[in-house]
Amino acid sequence: MSTPVPNPLVLVAELTHRCPLHCVYCSNPLELTKRENELSTETWARVLGEAAELGILQVDFTGGEPLARPDLTQLVSAARAAGLYASLITSGLPLDEKRLDALSSAGLDHFQLSFQGAHRESAAKISGTETHAQKLSVARWVKQRRMGLTLNFVIHRENLGELKDMVRLAEEIGPERVEFAHVQYYGWAFKNRMKLLPTREQLAGSLEIIRQAEERLRGRIRVEYVVPDYYAKYPKACMGGWGRKVLLLKPDGDALPCHAANVLPGMTFENVSRRSLRQIWYESDSFQKYRGEGWMPELCRTCDRRGQDFGGCRCQAFLLAHDSGSTDPVCSKSSQRVLVDAILADVDAMARSEAATAVSPPAPAPDWVYRANPR
Amino acid sequence: MSTPDLNSRPRLAPGCRLSETSKPQRVLLMPERALRLNGPSLEIIERCDGNHTVGQIVTELQKRYSKAQPEKVESDILGYLGRLHDQRALDFD
Repeated sequence: MSTPVPNPLVLVAELTHRCPLHCVYCSNPLELTKRENELSTETWARVLGEAAELGILQVDFTGGEPLARPDLTQLVSAARAAGLYASLITSGLPLDEKRLDALSSAGLDHFQLSFQGAHRESAAKISGTETHAQKLSVARWVKQRRMGLTLNFVIHRENLGELKDMVRLAEEIGPERVEFAHVQYYGWAFKNRMKLLPTREQLAGSLEIIRQAEERLRGRIRVEYVVPDYYAKYPKACMGGWGRKVLLLKPDGDALPCHAANVLPGMTFENVSRRSLRQIWYESDSFQKYRGEGWMPELCRTCDRRGQDFGGCRCQAFLLAHDSGSTDPVCSKSSQRVLVDAILADVDAMARSEAATAVSPPAPAPDWVYRANPR
Repeated sequence: MSTPDLNSRPRLAPGCRLSETSKPQRVLLMPERALRLNGPSLEIIERCDGNHTVGQIVTELQKRYSKAQPEKVESDILGYLGRLHDQRALDFD
């Protein structure tokens, strides 16, 4: 490759796959890491130091539920000692004010709290647990401690109708930032995608609600909307480009260029127990595999947008077109775009039949596949 | 974009802070992003401490950059602070 490889900026630390929730769209892999295979506190502390030396600025502690790790406060301290910005991506349980004080004293910079719905009932249906009241308390506690707060509403066809109520709830809570993020179709969400994808009509309605919210809340709450890329004309710049910005660590220390890369066939990943982050970033086969433009098919290599979307998402190319080295099928220039359009047509038909049955006898319970927990 | 009041006192919003002084490239760290700071932008952000008013920041930078047009310095600073406020990186007290 001719251009120099940039250093990573973000470390995504999946501390554990344990989680009190069972969300039907969980981004964790279908094969979850067992507790006894999770990295130790000492290894994480070493890795956080290596990350800062490599030029990484921020670490996102995520999971599973990162609060399931009893040593989370120590890991936040280690991140801050290394000079990193420490962010926690969490469902908000299990957490009480005492533990939040400890995290705050350890220097946690930012708290991202997920919401599965605007109301208790809908949130419980999606997450398979009762969590809503606890989340409202946690948001209040975080605000009282003047920590950075982002609310993250995960949205999809089942709860898109609540979008206005979600905006209202965010406005009541008053974080600095709110994200309304459509589910990304990998892992458990790919399994449940026919139930989760919104129709084109629903999506258009939601864009208008978001536009109004942005206008009304400007200067108070920063509003961000992540739409499902199945409806986009061009693919998303997945992870800001393969091996270009983000380095992700699984609970057992496997290093991946993105959350879902372990679905790709023929890939092997290095582990931080045996290699330094620097070696992994610059030398491993997995990080080099789709870095830059050398791997690109003709369509991408000659496209003006190659420096913007980097050929899109490799996992989506594999999941939909069964070829991880092909153009992301979301791309309107791709001959495989028909695969995406066929899914969207099915979604429309399914949503119409749901609407037709909803007025007469009660609709049957959706056959969700709830996320399991690691053994 | 919101225009800041010259009498308000900007300070970094919760979740935003300057990177440590030991690093050669100073950045403004904020949720899911980091903003590189060069000479003037760093000098502005360092004064967003809840003590300086917007007016004081403008006056101090006009002195430091005395070769630049004072009106231009002022409008640049107001624009910069307004954008950061909309991004929720700043609170105006």
